Amino acid sequence: MDAYLIPAVDGVAYGLLLAIAAAGLTVAFGAGGVLNLAHGTLIAAGGYVAAATSSGTWPSLAAAVALAAGVGAAGGGVLAAATAALQGRGHLDQALLTFGVALVGADLLTAAYGSDTLRPRLPEVLEATVRIAGHRYPVDRLAVLGVAVAVVAAGYVVLHRTRAGRLIRATVDDRAMVAGIGVNPRLVDAAVLVAAGALAGLAGALTTPILGVGPHTADTALLLSLIIVVCGGLGSVPGALTAALAVGVVQTVGVTSFPALAPYLLIGAMAVVLLARRTSLPAGASA
Amino acid sequence: MLRIGDLAAGYRPDTPVLHHITVDLAAVAVHTVAGPNGAGKTTLLHTLAGHLRPTTGRVLLDGRDVTGWTPVRAARTGVALAPQGRRLWPSLTVAEHLTVTRPPVRRPDSRTWAVDELLEMFPALAARLRHRGHQLSGGEQQMLTIARALRTAPRLLLCDEPTEGLAPTMAAHVTHALRDLPCHGVTVLAAVPHARAAATLSDTVYVLADGRLTGPIATSGGQAEQALRDHLALVSPALPNPGQAHR
Repeated sequence: MDAYLIPAVDGVAYGLLLAIAAAGLTVAFGAGGVLNLAHGTLIAAGGYVAAATSSGTWPSLAAAVALAAGVGAAGGGVLAAATAALQGRGHLDQALLTFGVALVGADLLTAAYGSDTLRPRLPEVLEATVRIAGHRYPVDRLAVLGVAVAVVAAGYVVLHRTRAGRLIRATVDDRAMVAGIGVNPRLVDAAVLVAAGALAGLAGALTTPILGVGPHTADTALLLSLIIVVCGGLGSVPGALTAALAVGVVQTVGVTSFPALAPYLLIGAMAVVLLARRTSLPAGASA
Repeated sequence: MLRIGDLAAGYRPDTPVLHHITVDLAAVAVHTVAGPNGAGKTTLLHTLAGHLRPTTGRVLLDGRDVTGWTPVRAARTGVALAPQGRRLWPSLTVAEHLTVTRPPVRRPDSRTWAVDELLEMFPALAARLRHRGHQLSGGEQQMLTIARALRTAPRLLLCDEPTEGLAPTMAAHVTHALRDLPCHGVTVLAAVPHARAAATLSDTVYVLADGRLTGPIATSGGQAEQALRDHLALVSPALPNPGQAHR
């Protein structure tokens, strides 16, 4: 039983982290049309900063999480400034620019932190395991699960209960009419990229206790995020959440249960989703 | 109030849709522009709202040059557009449409509209606050489009075919609401498909056909319909008598 249950809980936790990361990517695409290929690099940057900052005490852990989100937000700000200059030149130019940023960023991260996989040192309480209903479970993963649930809930509240969130959803729906009520949609785009960067950094920080952070983190995170964005529907946050949970579970339960099929499981699942949907992306279901 | 001088606009530089539009809307009133499909009515309203940059000409709003302003700046200056097709945000509820849209901070002189006032003007919306745009009837969607535009506290409200495709009672309600707006200091410029629709909104109508504007013409007495027909004749090679079209 433990062989399935623990990977399943891991999968949900990992899926929620992917959802936090991919939600920003999908909204940035839906609102401003920015396909941010440097998203994985922001996730990795958050992970590295967190792993380097957390030294086993609670204050350093809090600082690590805050710094990771701050680094992500700063990266998002740089990308917002860079892509704003290319507004109106199509997705390809922006994708090329963000891809270049991703390559440069990956090199800078390797230069700064080396090519080993880093793991953060956590306070002792988090390094232990607990017994829940007869199953032993690592505390750090439960903590990550709890924080991820809180972040997803907070994100939902911001998108649906604040004026900023409503403006973001309106911009995804019809940006010309947002301009028509006197709000500059480019400001919304920039705010979305900064917030998406902060969420990416945060997701990177939260992933490190489970997976660590290394030279492949950026590529893996970007690939999984893109799969989630495509399967969930461009610009759709609920779609991204569903797809992220599925990807998280496939990546953990699938890989431990059917190791021989591991490399094909995710791509196979994505092909099934795309074949089943076939029709154009769902309109009106966004955000 | 609104002066347009020798305005030309189009979607491509080499093929203008509007030619030499010159008009002076002095009164705070409901003004109408009638014309067949493809005449350039939507192009005119979108140019005034800043969604399209004119190639030549001037637009003055209360003496201020607003030519070529962006939609954001136009909206903040007091130009609101209730576009054709309504352009509501599908993922937002009726209440969210009205609260996310706010009057600009730096224009204390213009008439602002509280959400409650707008719900009083359009009681049909009050019952549907938690519904999304696509769950509303056509009439309710039109009311929400106008209410959203009024939330920006406009001095000039541009309405693109406000009663198009509405049930008669809904059309009457929308017409009544628009006719009432000049009492609050809001000038309305509505695009309508024919002179009969113009007559329910205003006493005079400007006729836009083939990208050229004539008027004002009295909506009573059939002169406006005649002018429209003459313009149609102008573009038809079967009836070559262009001189009579321009009065």
